[in-house]
Amino acid sequence: MKGLLTMVTISFLLACSSEEPNGTAEFNKVEDGIHLRTGLHDDPNLQLVIGACTPCHSADLITQNRATREGWEGMIRWMQETQGLGDLGQGEPVILDYLAQYYSPEETGRRKNLVIAEEDWYQLED
Amino acid sequence: MNQSRRSFLNKTMKTALGLPVIYYTNLPKGLYPIIWDEDPIQGKSSELVILNSRPVNAETPAHLLNDALTPNDLFFIRNNGLPPSEINVADWTLTVEGESAKTSKSFTLQDLKDEFKNVTLNLTLECGGNGRSEFNPPAKGNQWTTGAVGCASWTGIRLKDLLAEIGVKDDAVYVAYEGRDLHLSGDPQKLPISRGVPVSKAMEDESLIAWSMNGEDLPLMNGYPLRLVFGGVPASCSGKWLSKILIRDRVHDGAKMEGQSYRIPCDPVAPGTKVADEDMCIIESMPVKSLITSPKTGAMVKPDQKFKIEGKAWTSAESIDKVELSYDFGVSWMTTRVKKAGNRYAWQQFEAELTLPKVGYYEIWARATDSEGARQPIILPGWNPKGYLNNACHRIAVKVVS
Repeated sequence: MKGLLTMVTISFLLACSSEEPNGTAEFNKVEDGIHLRTGLHDDPNLQLVIGACTPCHSADLITQNRATREGWEGMIRWMQETQGLGDLGQGEPVILDYLAQYYSPEETGRRKNLVIAEEDWYQLED
Repeated sequence: MNQSRRSFLNKTMKTALGLPVIYYTNLPKGLYPIIWDEDPIQGKSSELVILNSRPVNAETPAHLLNDALTPNDLFFIRNNGLPPSEINVADWTLTVEGESAKTSKSFTLQDLKDEFKNVTLNLTLECGGNGRSEFNPPAKGNQWTTGAVGCASWTGIRLKDLLAEIGVKDDAVYVAYEGRDLHLSGDPQKLPISRGVPVSKAMEDESLIAWSMNGEDLPLMNGYPLRLVFGGVPASCSGKWLSKILIRDRVHDGAKMEGQSYRIPCDPVAPGTKVADEDMCIIESMPVKSLITSPKTGAMVKPDQKFKIEGKAWTSAESIDKVELSYDFGVSWMTTRVKKAGNRYAWQQFEAELTLPKVGYYEIWARATDSEGARQPIILPGWNPKGYLNNACHRIAVKVVS
């Protein structure tokens, strides 16, 4: 996996700057299954995803989106065709599995219910 | 981004920045600390909701849009690339050229201020993808809820005055822009975005090149020191960090003009349909829309308590005709008082007093109708692959508690 990660990361350097992990435990801290620095779901392949996806844009662009495996593949193709993303090689299916597992669409209907957290209700003064 | 993640990032990234950041060679010096600074977005309120930190995309919660004009620190941000890192206003130039330009010429900011009539207008800017988060199946991109909109007082010159000075040939089709923001890849040959409008739009009295917002310099994130401002079209037409105006003899073919960007299916499609690029058409106007800006959603009132509803409504048509409210899920609608705007494309304020009939849970819905008779839908309107133009009525939750 380390070889794969290096290969994928190198292919990105051609297009984008990358982020160098500083190796401290704090830097990769995970809380409730969430990798705090990026907000991504923790997973054995997390570092591969970070290396491939975050040199150009923040991980927020992943965590706020939902798509099928096919939908995520379409976004990768778009980035390759128009935004300077390189070939992901053997990393691509691993990354697509990760995205489809944690960031797949939910059935929401035509409009969602309004959800107000218990603590967010407040008294409106006259 | 939640608060615990934000404070973690502030703490950790500062440590990280103390170490060699060897892979940042492609980026101009001094760029990354803006993202990881204590104040994550220069010149902006921490109450903005950050959807993406690179590139910066942040929206304004509805209850913070209650001012008649949106304050600079609360105005939403939709960046496609990275703002220029070094800006020298004295050296900043705007060049006008293109196949359909009779001449080409460059202007300093001072030239623009001195040589053309200065005008100030209130103009609403709304991102074409505002409301994207409601699309099902989901649409890719920043998941805007309701807050990619704001209305400010812009000071600058009319684009048409500048175009008249240059001379526009009869074969002109589009007026496009280039800015000095940087592509996310750091590649100086790539533009993050370069869009435009049809010549007829560029020639409207309300189409501005602006250097001032609410009487102050533009915030860096909103295009300092110079930008375009067009009302009634997706805000992506209003190029920021403006350095070039192109008078084109064809529909502009810059970054994010083609493919599926800022386009909807030419003919309506069922939700989830794949649409080929050639069947997608450029969005050339924004629909009628409104927001309830007071009270904030989640309000609890006492039985018989009379309270005020306030909001904003806007359209690409001439004006807003009426705004109605419903507290019974659309069974009945009440009218509101709508203020007139000083000019086209300025949002209009509405207000009404309301007392809810009995204890329980309510939603207040608002729907605006414009001068062309177009009215906001109650459910998500035409699904489209990229999630544009959701103008479904805004809803807030209110409880009557004894």
